[in-house]
Amino acid sequence: MELDPLVLSRIQFAFVVCFHAIFPVFTIGLASTIAGFETLYFKTENPIWQRLSKFWIQVFAVVFGIGVVSGIVMSFQFGTNWSNFSYATANFLGPVLSYEVITAFFLEASFLGVLLFGRDKVPQGVHLFAAIMVATGTFISSFWILSANSLLQTPDGLELINGMYHVKSWTDALFTASFGYRFTHMALASFLTAALVVAGVSAWFILQKRELEANKKALSVALWFLLFLAPLQTVVGDFHGLNTMKHQPTKVAAMEGNWETSNGVPLLLFAIPDKEEQTNHFEVKIPKLASFILTHDWNGEVPGLKAVPVEEQPPVFIVFWSFRVMVALGLLMVVFGIWGLIYRRGGKIYTSPVFLQGLRIMSISPFLAVLAGWVVTEAGRAPWLIYGQMTHAEGLTPSLTGGMALFSLIGYITVYALVFSAGIYYLLKVFKGGLEKANAPHEMDEIERPARPFSAGHVAIDGDL
Amino acid sequence: MEQTFDLTLIWAGIIGFGIMMYVLMDGFDLGQGILYPFAPDEQARDKMMNSVAPVWDGNETWLVLGGAGLLAAFPLVYSIFLPALYIGVFLLLAGLIFRGVAFEFRFKAKTSKYLWSWSFSVGSFVASFAQGAVVGAYIQGFETEGFAYSGGPLDWLTPFTVLTGFGLVIGYALLGSTWLIMKTDGAVQQWAYKITPKLLFGLMAVFAAVSIYTPFVDSSVMSRWFDGISLIWALPALALFCAYIVLRAVKKQQDGMPFVATMGIFLFSYLGLLASKWPYIVPPKFTIYDAASAYNSQLFLLLGFLFVIPIVLAYTSWTYWVFRGKVGDAGYH
Repeated sequence: MELDPLVLSRIQFAFVVCFHAIFPVFTIGLASTIAGFETLYFKTENPIWQRLSKFWIQVFAVVFGIGVVSGIVMSFQFGTNWSNFSYATANFLGPVLSYEVITAFFLEASFLGVLLFGRDKVPQGVHLFAAIMVATGTFISSFWILSANSLLQTPDGLELINGMYHVKSWTDALFTASFGYRFTHMALASFLTAALVVAGVSAWFILQKRELEANKKALSVALWFLLFLAPLQTVVGDFHGLNTMKHQPTKVAAMEGNWETSNGVPLLLFAIPDKEEQTNHFEVKIPKLASFILTHDWNGEVPGLKAVPVEEQPPVFIVFWSFRVMVALGLLMVVFGIWGLIYRRGGKIYTSPVFLQGLRIMSISPFLAVLAGWVVTEAGRAPWLIYGQMTHAEGLTPSLTGGMALFSLIGYITVYALVFSAGIYYLLKVFKGGLEKANAPHEMDEIERPARPFSAGHVAIDGDL
Repeated sequence: MEQTFDLTLIWAGIIGFGIMMYVLMDGFDLGQGILYPFAPDEQARDKMMNSVAPVWDGNETWLVLGGAGLLAAFPLVYSIFLPALYIGVFLLLAGLIFRGVAFEFRFKAKTSKYLWSWSFSVGSFVASFAQGAVVGAYIQGFETEGFAYSGGPLDWLTPFTVLTGFGLVIGYALLGSTWLIMKTDGAVQQWAYKITPKLLFGLMAVFAAVSIYTPFVDSSVMSRWFDGISLIWALPALALFCAYIVLRAVKKQQDGMPFVATMGIFLFSYLGLLASKWPYIVPPKFTIYDAASAYNSQLFLLLGFLFVIPIVLAYTSWTYWVFRGKVGDAGYH
């Protein structure tokens, strides 16, 4: 079998980016959660909020550390595997990605250190300010990244001169048509991730009868967020979908599994899309519902995949099913939000083992939903790297051979497997240590080093708990 | 847009400065990893790691900053170097990741400490070697077609780049050993005094080999150096003088001078390399102006860099100030 550098590079990018994406999406939401706990502590002076904050800051530090490392690998991929693309877009992507780096460094060099290590060294107000600035900074970081991605989805503000894009208008290029929707959708996704992880971990502690008072408070707050944010996310998601239909109709066609552009299109609950035969197998459908959701009219027109040649169609099966996974998980989150509201009566949210166990399992759902969502939007753009302008094949490094791509793919998988399993293993230890360890004298007698998020974790990586 | 300033030149200055900062600063902490297997005992290893623990990842900031700046200011470098050095880049990243993680976990480890020591050592060695090979590949030049790399996957791996790879490994080890002279006392310092001259002679041998070899790899370098006497001859002379200072300072058992003079060796060799290649940034074809991005893109990012570089510098100096002096058995006090 001939090794195809294009396929291997896409697999490698997907692997690295999926691995990376789960960390920032968590830290962005968690930074705001911590800022929230610190604000509550500042206002009420109830030490419970501080206990919670101390624990979640340790979690934040570890997740942030892993995220930064995996992000660095990402930024080199553009050059190694997609050099034609990097070169063509460097006038825009270069400064934008650099600004993301600048944001991150500025944060690390200033407020992160104060947040992680400065609690006893600066006034409480300054510590709170640092927490808020870190939370703000994570959003500025994601602004740059999502702006870059949105440009690839809905390009604007650029001009192609001699094979290189030049920026005609920075405003148009930074704020393209899909940017606002994408940013809101991801911001909410980050908050939901934090809410569900905090809820799940607190539920787990409550089941173990540990630090009940603090964990009950955390659970309660997280459930309120879930109740309001999960439905809001479905609305924002809907708007994002409408925006996609306007600018990238083929992607929506793939999400719906709709082959012919037509009116009164059914919503498919189940189907096996078959790109070779250009049709679906085993459809289970609700009549006219897709038209209604997408056009808010039962007989509205929904774009079809056949509007473009086969070679310009995305991998329909992947997009179709990832979309369903994302939506199903989103709806499940809505259900848990409402379930939580009903169980508040009589405090059943703190006592029902079924509910608490359910939350524990749900804590992985936001990560799966976020990955599924990114697969929809990225695979749905295929074969385009820059929508309508440059394909993946055109963006590939011309000198790349299948053997090289395979080497690095296996290499990255091995490195990640070794290094990040150590990181995640350590994260689990921090979870197991819980609020008790986060608030106890440090287990490891080590020097604290500024700008090193990981060293805020004071749990041993080996040995007993 | 009217081009009031030669931004390309300014960016060349910024990137050049960033690379120098990176080499000097990450050099001495990579050096600790290279020297790790030869350290006298486990206690010395603890001390070595402690001596760089507060500063190492701030040091690596310069690599990431330089990399990001390259894509924005000189995209051609990014899109030719990275594909040409594909395997090398992977090794460099893998090496840096392993040693970075080792830093974090060796401190938190009780029973698995030796594993993290190995990870630290191998990672540091591989990353240093890969960086040295990059320097060699830069001197060799790249085969290009249009604005893309057109050579093979292992063109960068030649006897010459292996030589520069080992050269940088020895150079970083020297930075590491002189750093230890400055930051430790007792047995570790004595050990560092003992190995420094050996490393210095090793480095000088590689230097001589590279200097003799380079003009033959690249004929334009030959004419620049040998078509008459020029000011650039001062650079290798100053590098040699610094080497002499290192030797003398070690003999006199001075504390800080060996490290400072070693930095001098690096600085003058680096300037000598630049003098050989200027203004080519992707040899043999492309100058900094060929490789530059659009004026408004360079300007857009320059504003951010002018803001962040002073902060990084201030923060860096502050960290070094806080962790000044000798490192004790349990880290800095």
